[in-house]
Amino acid sequence: MFKETLSKWVGMPESASTFSGYVDGVYAFILVLCLVCFAGIVITMVGFMVKYYRGDGRQPEPSPSHNTTLEVTWSVIPSFLVLILFALGFAGYEDMRTTPPNSYEILVSAKMWNWDFTYKDGQKSGITNELHIPVGEPVRLVMSSQDVIHSLYVPAFRAKQDVVPGRFTEMWFQSDKPGTYNLFCAEYCGTKHSDMITKVVVEERETFDPWVSDVCDIIKACGGDLLCAGEKLYQQRGCAQCHSLDGKKLTGPTFQGSFGTERKLVGGRSQLMDGNYIIDSIENPMKDIVEGYEPKMPSFAGQFTMEEKTALVEFIKSYGSAGSTTDSQ
Amino acid sequence: MATASLSTQHDDGHHDDHNYLNCNKSILSWVFTLDHKRIGLMYLIGVTAAFALGGVMALALRAELWTPGETYIKHDTYNHLFTLHGAVMTFLFIIPSVPGSLGNFVLPLMLGAKDVAFPRMNLGSFYLWLVGAAFFLIALLTYQLDTGWTFYTPYSTNTSTSSVIAATMGVFILGFSSIFTGLNFIVTIHTMRPPGMTWFRMPLFLWALYATSIIQVLATPVIGITLLMLAAEKYLGLGIFDPKLGGDPVLYQHFFWFYSHPAVYIMILPAMGIISELMSTFSRKPIFGYRFIAYSSLAIALLGFLVWGHHMFTSGQSPLMITVFSILTFSVSIPSAIKVFNWLATMYKGSISLATPMCYALSFLFLFTIGGLTGLFLGTLATDIHLHDTYFVVAHFHYVMMGGTLIAFLGGVYYWWPKFTGKMYNEFAGQFGCLLVFVAFNLTFFPQFIMGSRGMPRRYYNYLPEYEIFHKISTVGAFLLGLGLFIAGMTLVWSLFKGRKAPANPWGAATLEWTCTSPPIHHNFEHTPSVADPYALHEWVYVSEEEGYVKKSTSDTEHSSEPASV
Repeated sequence: MFKETLSKWVGMPESASTFSGYVDGVYAFILVLCLVCFAGIVITMVGFMVKYYRGDGRQPEPSPSHNTTLEVTWSVIPSFLVLILFALGFAGYEDMRTTPPNSYEILVSAKMWNWDFTYKDGQKSGITNELHIPVGEPVRLVMSSQDVIHSLYVPAFRAKQDVVPGRFTEMWFQSDKPGTYNLFCAEYCGTKHSDMITKVVVEERETFDPWVSDVCDIIKACGGDLLCAGEKLYQQRGCAQCHSLDGKKLTGPTFQGSFGTERKLVGGRSQLMDGNYIIDSIENPMKDIVEGYEPKMPSFAGQFTMEEKTALVEFIKSYGSAGSTTDSQ
Repeated sequence: MATASLSTQHDDGHHDDHNYLNCNKSILSWVFTLDHKRIGLMYLIGVTAAFALGGVMALALRAELWTPGETYIKHDTYNHLFTLHGAVMTFLFIIPSVPGSLGNFVLPLMLGAKDVAFPRMNLGSFYLWLVGAAFFLIALLTYQLDTGWTFYTPYSTNTSTSSVIAATMGVFILGFSSIFTGLNFIVTIHTMRPPGMTWFRMPLFLWALYATSIIQVLATPVIGITLLMLAAEKYLGLGIFDPKLGGDPVLYQHFFWFYSHPAVYIMILPAMGIISELMSTFSRKPIFGYRFIAYSSLAIALLGFLVWGHHMFTSGQSPLMITVFSILTFSVSIPSAIKVFNWLATMYKGSISLATPMCYALSFLFLFTIGGLTGLFLGTLATDIHLHDTYFVVAHFHYVMMGGTLIAFLGGVYYWWPKFTGKMYNEFAGQFGCLLVFVAFNLTFFPQFIMGSRGMPRRYYNYLPEYEIFHKISTVGAFLLGLGLFIAGMTLVWSLFKGRKAPANPWGAATLEWTCTSPPIHHNFEHTPSVADPYALHEWVYVSEEEGYVKKSTSDTEHSSEPASV
């Protein structure tokens, strides 16, 4: 209870990880220190302004032009204070960067402009755009980037770590408070940097475990319904970021009324949008760029089973085919 | 108006209207001028134009942030704009602002000298700035850079490496311009001090410029090295920064900040120098703790080289390095704290005037204290992890760079304006502008601290509705701030046409630049001035016929009603 009041009082967001309370405590300590220093400086300044104001033709009074004792004092005291701050900060930082053994591991892959979280369920694995973690257990994120530098930031956990291409970075946290929290990308990564937002859901094992097994087998989670599976994949795997269903032109072409149409490609060729074209575009997106669009789509090669690809094709097909609606392209 | 009788004591026999501004009126005499005062004035116009450009972009950005989602421009436009805003403000305005304009104008005058040591190099520095500015802007616009002013790889090299090479090239040209200025100042201070002016009898503004110059000369070459490596990567295929070639993108951040962090001190040190002069002059007291202030400038210059890694606490560099950088970062806060305390002590028992330059100096003290103290949250590791790359950081560096450097720059411009132009501005308009700037500044940037600690990331075009109220307040503040700055600028422009003629020493300061006429003659001084204590303010008394201060001749010292300071 105290922790939450403190966080609120110092203007921090909801406090929901094991180390967020400590961070807020340090924050509050620095804040009080700063307020005291600031008040001291400003009161002195305003006091002098009023007391020694020249208005009435006042002359300066003699006073020393230096005082070594005084000056050494106000150099040494701040030095001690900042050493305390360093120590407090270091203690908290060490905790943040020391992952407990046996943490629940989730792989994170960042790309412009969405997050992929990979979960494992026995032999199977699955990817989703939303981070779910079990309550009361340390979670370890092993992160890599497919393109540029991103940074995974959960304000409620006071946790942030850059995701750098070409290497793994790691972070951990534990939340004892079920709920839904914001997850931001904090390192500028291009056009839709500010849309690279998702949620962290902290939940009990009894809902978390079934959720993981659904993620790892979407087809099964939908009871074999391909349309349902296709829609889930479309939402969870980032297609929705760039391909609309209502004809709106986003970063990529819309899916509305697209299936079975002849696509005009950059370079003057054209190509029929059929199942094979869709699968090819998922695996090798730079090959055929539709005219009027930038080559921006990352490759999803090896990330979908054939069944999942079929589900996606069925889903796209369900959003109208040639002739049924006007294609925006 | 007794304008005609306002000739000043050191200018006997000289006609009033003969000065550096009108001694030769041809355009070419400006284009090829080697006069440090004219170069300073051209710099002043140049950096003001750059500031106006960056400022208009800031307003465009704040307007877009009025609502979450699209207010009136698209994602990409917003990203181009904040890149341009940051780059223009940092490289075209703040870095050259004080040294280029005020430094060039004042430094030789403070030394009682005719010019800087290398006048041609000085002119070269201005033209390099001009060429660099043009090159940089063209590079940013042609490549449609949207990387932020930091040009982090691999995002910046994702589409084409040429863009980041061109932008870094622009920074390098601009950097060379500041190397020229820095080198000039170092040599001038070493070799051209008048007899009797020992190191510890130099005005503190010169100490600040000296410390700045050291950083300029030592740090700027690093940006050249970075440029060379970017080129080697592109043309020779060496994997340096690009992970696809086996390079490390974080290395680029190290190089960038190895220059750009010391550059932060290039920005703030001269501002601190101005404040030291203003505090003393307008309190009519010698500066308190001269040596501590002088040494703290050098300490900041040296420690400033050792803290670049604090920009990368979340980048994945080793925890050991992060720890070392955290402790070094704290060390740099001490000299700044010393300065603040010494400035305050200077006011003690003074006779404080609230003329416009002093209003800016007091605003500086208030805002810089906030900027400095909020740095403690960012140097402390546990809290920095949360606050890094949020609006808290944006607010922090605006309090330091804008509340610090820009406010001090304005204070300095108002202070030396009579010397620059020979005109007095309207005091009330000046004070009013300063007050509006001060209030609006806090209204703009204080809410950003709050939304930053609440988790609002920076460089976000779109944001969650919970941050909307803070953005709205900030945007209102920004437009008021724009208005305040416009009034501040117009007050000065107005004085050119309607201002009363300035006396040689309107403020009663004791540094040498106030012993020559306002504006100075082409060669600055008729006779080499004699060197005294730069803070012997009691030697100057107000003479109402002059509407300014006049140095007491030795004979009437005994009638002095002003007590001599200890």
